[in-house]
This record gives sequence, structure tokens and C-alpha cells, in this order.
Amino acid sequence: MSTLFQPLSALSAAAGEDVGHRFTFPAAQPLKLDSGETLSPLTIAWKTYGTLNAEKSNAFLLCHALTGDQYAAGTHPVTGKPGWWSSMVGPGLPIDTNRFFVICANVVGGCMGSSGPHEVNPATGAPYGLSFPVITIRDMVRAQAMLLDHLGIATLFCAAGGSMGGMQVLQWAASYPERVFAALPLATAARHSAQNIAFHEVGRQAIMADPEWNGGDYIAKGTNPKKGLAVARMAAHITYLSEAALHRKFGRNLQNREALSYRFDADFQVESYLRHQGLAFVDRFDANAYLYITRAMDYFDLAADYDGVLANAFKSAKTRFCIASFTSDWLFPTAESKKVVHALNAAGANVSFVEFATDKGHDAFLLDVPEMFQTLSGFIDAAAAARGLPAKGA
Amino acid sequence: MLAKSPALRKELLRIAEMVPASSRVLDVGCGAGELIEHLTRAKGADARGIELSQAGVNACVAKGLSVIQGDADTDLAEYPAQSFDFAILSQTIQATHRPRDVLDQLLRIGRRVIVSFPNFGFWKVRLKLALTGRMPRTGALDYAWHETPNIHLCTIADFVALTQETGARVERALAVEESGEVRELSAPGYWDNLTAEGAIFLLTRRAS
Repeated sequence: MSTLFQPLSALSAAAGEDVGHRFTFPAAQPLKLDSGETLSPLTIAWKTYGTLNAEKSNAFLLCHALTGDQYAAGTHPVTGKPGWWSSMVGPGLPIDTNRFFVICANVVGGCMGSSGPHEVNPATGAPYGLSFPVITIRDMVRAQAMLLDHLGIATLFCAAGGSMGGMQVLQWAASYPERVFAALPLATAARHSAQNIAFHEVGRQAIMADPEWNGGDYIAKGTNPKKGLAVARMAAHITYLSEAALHRKFGRNLQNREALSYRFDADFQVESYLRHQGLAFVDRFDANAYLYITRAMDYFDLAADYDGVLANAFKSAKTRFCIASFTSDWLFPTAESKKVVHALNAAGANVSFVEFATDKGHDAFLLDVPEMFQTLSGFIDAAAAARGLPAKGA
Repeated sequence: MLAKSPALRKELLRIAEMVPASSRVLDVGCGAGELIEHLTRAKGADARGIELSQAGVNACVAKGLSVIQGDADTDLAEYPAQSFDFAILSQTIQATHRPRDVLDQLLRIGRRVIVSFPNFGFWKVRLKLALTGRMPRTGALDYAWHETPNIHLCTIADFVALTQETGARVERALAVEESGEVRELSAPGYWDNLTAEGAIFLLTRRAS
């Protein structure tokens, strides 16, 4: 593999890999952005699992998180590892691909085939880099709505996602209440907190401090800010875990040695683990895309678009919501989910809320939490029954 | 499926009988969701729940019920006024920190309010305390004093007094016998306060 992160287009030739779909909208259908700019042409890359029924009533949209992509289930064509929600999505799993038509699109601003800073700007023939417009969570959702129009799907049976994916789900319910029958926002918030913006800024500064970033023009200059991106990932990764989980996994155990080195090698297993996380990440992610997507999360404040009153965002929502948080998640703590729940109650919406006890931190929504599978299955199956969709195994 | 204890099952059925079909219902302290499941299935109600325990909430949501994890003492203020036809507090008021505030909130949220509770004036309770000098344990109140979640126990007479203080109008009152059978509470209620193990009150807000 070359030192530079490979775009999706380079992978499509990979023998036998189903890399999914990609569509470029005609110039007459630009994406109008919150910044006031327009993005044209808009390209979206997406992957589907399962089959759309004749009534087109079983579409299940998955919204991915900051470093996720459209490969939610099965095997990821780039990393060869399981998709980010392969424990939740598949035949017979809670998001049952035998019953639901699952759609997952790479977000605008991402680096897996949708329009983003890594892609070539057709107007110039050069990669966008920092000339790519700043995008928001609402812009991502608008692009997904355009994709659904393109696929001829009027309403979603369900929209689901965690973290930044949960932000998109909330935005979906606010922007297109009539198009979302059920919503499953996990480990998320209706606005990005000051602490979370602060962590993102550390990551961005690490990338921009890498000389190979070259003012964002690294593709043209033939460099790659891998070190900066790896440090950004290492810092962020800590926020996805919990003190208890780190202690349980690593404690103060030493890495491949009997005694302290009295040098700055990775003496501790936790250091070695983080370095590995950083290195593995730069092979599959673009540094500029990391800047753009973290910015989109920072800008997210759903209530701000509704006179500062979050309940107003859900005023006309007929959507059935299930909100879930995790006890050890200090990045998107339960209090943030409860604010959403209170707003939905105030709006008279149909909402369930569960907090799962786990020491796995923010990443718990991606991990094996049996109680979560059981509870979310119950919510999804009840919603499917209300929608007239077949029961599991039927 | 309703609650396991036959007496409690009967009581939930009595409560359910007070709720007309297709009502909007909020069950505060809904446990594993027995009442709202019954109201949804049998009455076509739009029934929601609030429950403090994670195990109860998980059981409810896994059954497809709309339940939020929350606390009657703090979370009721978030609901708009008159947003439910019925706000129900079944065997929960004695476990709240501020029963009077909770009752006020229920009367604000629900057009009608149903409250059921164990009667601390029941003769067996009185007799046990009088004869043994220890905190009484009975079928409905089977906890050691240091383990009980019931921090604000009351008698039927106490509850009637609270309704008069809070602006609640008693539309209907039932005395619940040990067997779970019910009878209409007869005013002024001294006899029922001695002979009933529990009570069910249907309340509305008095016009002020």
C-alpha cells in the first residue's frame, strides 16, 4: 500500500469485493450548505444490505460516526476487518437484513467515496483539500435525503446511529419528521459540548502541526501528515474508553519487557495499544476529512435552529424514539441523552430511554453489550409490528 | 401478563377498569410494564411509562413498550400540562421523596389521576406495632425498616387529608382487601382505614 490513504475509487478494482454504490448528482442538483455555499457536483458512496420490499416500507438508514464509513456490516473492503456495526446488522441480528433494507452512506466530507476534501474537484482536476466547503451535520443529512430521493424511498422505517451518527438521527427527525417512522440515536447529544470541542481542537492542531500537512495541500505536494493524524486518533481514542476499561485491559502492565526501560519507548501496554490505534487509523483515513468531520460535530447545536428550545425541534414528530446511553460514557454522558428525552417529552413525542450499565465507555454502542442487543431488538421489533413489517423469522 | 402476585394483579385490573379504551396514559413507576402492556393490548391505549430501575426499563423496552428511565421526584416537570388522559401512580407514592409535589405534578399532567398505595392504618399493621413494638411487616409491606424503599407511608385518612390540601377532587375511592378484592370506600372512611390493606383513588384537579 502506498503511503497515502487510498480513495474508494482505487479500490473498486479489487477482485470480488463488493464496495457498494456511488452516484454523482447532476449539476442541476447541488447540495445547498448551511454555510451558504453550494457543493456541486455532489457524489455519494453507499452500501446496502438486504432487499427493499415492494411497498418500500422497510428502509433502515444507518448513520456512521466520525471515523466510520458505509461498511457497517460484513467485511470491510479496505481493512479486511468486520464492519463497524457487524454485531448489530446482519441476518437474524437486531437490525435484521432478512427483514430490513439497510442503507449506509459515507457522510459528505468523508473519505470513502462521497464528496470530501480527499476527492478530486471536477472543476479543477485537483483534490479539493481545504477548498472543500465546511459542512455541518444538517448538510450530511440533506445529502442523505437526496440519496433517498434518488433511490425512490419516501420514508425510512428507522434511522439509527451512535455518537455523530446519533446527531444525524436527531437531525433527521427534526428536519424530516414525516420521513422517519422510528429513530434510534445512541450515545449522542443534541449539541457538542465545550469539552468535546476542546478534544477535537487538540486533534486538529496535531494534524496541522505536522509539517507534512503542508497547509492542507499534502496530496499535491506528495506528503502525508500521518504522524499528526495518528496523534489526533490516539488522543481521541482515550475519550472513547473509560478509566475502568483501560485499567481492566491494561492496568500498569509492561509491553514485552520485564522492567522499565528508563527511556521513552512504549514501556506500558497502554502506550503500545494507543500507538497501534494511531498507526492503523492513518491507513484508512484522510487527515483533512478528519478536520472537516470534527468541525461538523463541533458546529452541531440542534436547539439553536429552533429559537434555543430543543422541544421545538420535535414539535411535529410522529416518530417513535428510543434513546440509549451508557453509564461509563463521559464523552456523551447520560445527562446529554436525558436533555433530548426531556425535550421529546415536552413535545409529547413517543420516546423510550435506557441507560446501559457498562464500563466500556463511549465506544460501548459498537461493542458486545448483550443487554443493548436485547433491548434494541425489542424496540425495533415493536416498531416493525406497528409498521406492518414481518416479525423475525416470519 | 400482569404482576405475579395475585393480589397485585387484581389491583392492576381494577385500575385498568377505570381507564376507557384508547386513552393516553402515563404510568409513573411502571416496574416491568405489566399495567401499560395490559392497557395497550386490551384497551388500545397509548400508554407510556417512567421507571427508576434499569432492569425494569430494559424489560419494558425489550417488550416494545415506550418507557423512559426516570425519577418521579424530578422528571415529571418536563411533561406538558394535561398531556395525558390518565396519570397513574400504582404502589409508588410511598417511595417518593416528596409525595405532595409528585401528586401536584400528576394533577397537572393528567386530566385524571389514579393513585394506589398500601394502607398503614390497616388493623394488622396497627396490631403488629402495638403488640411487638417493632416496625410491622405485612403482606403488602414486607420489608425490614432499614431496607424498605417505602419512605413515606401513609394511611387512607392521611391520603384523604392530602387530597384536600392539594386541590384534588376525589372522583372515586376503592378500599382494597387482603385478597385483592375491592369495595367502594364509604365516607368518612374510619372503618375502611382500619380494614382495608390498600386503596385506589381516582382524582381530578379541583377547579380553583
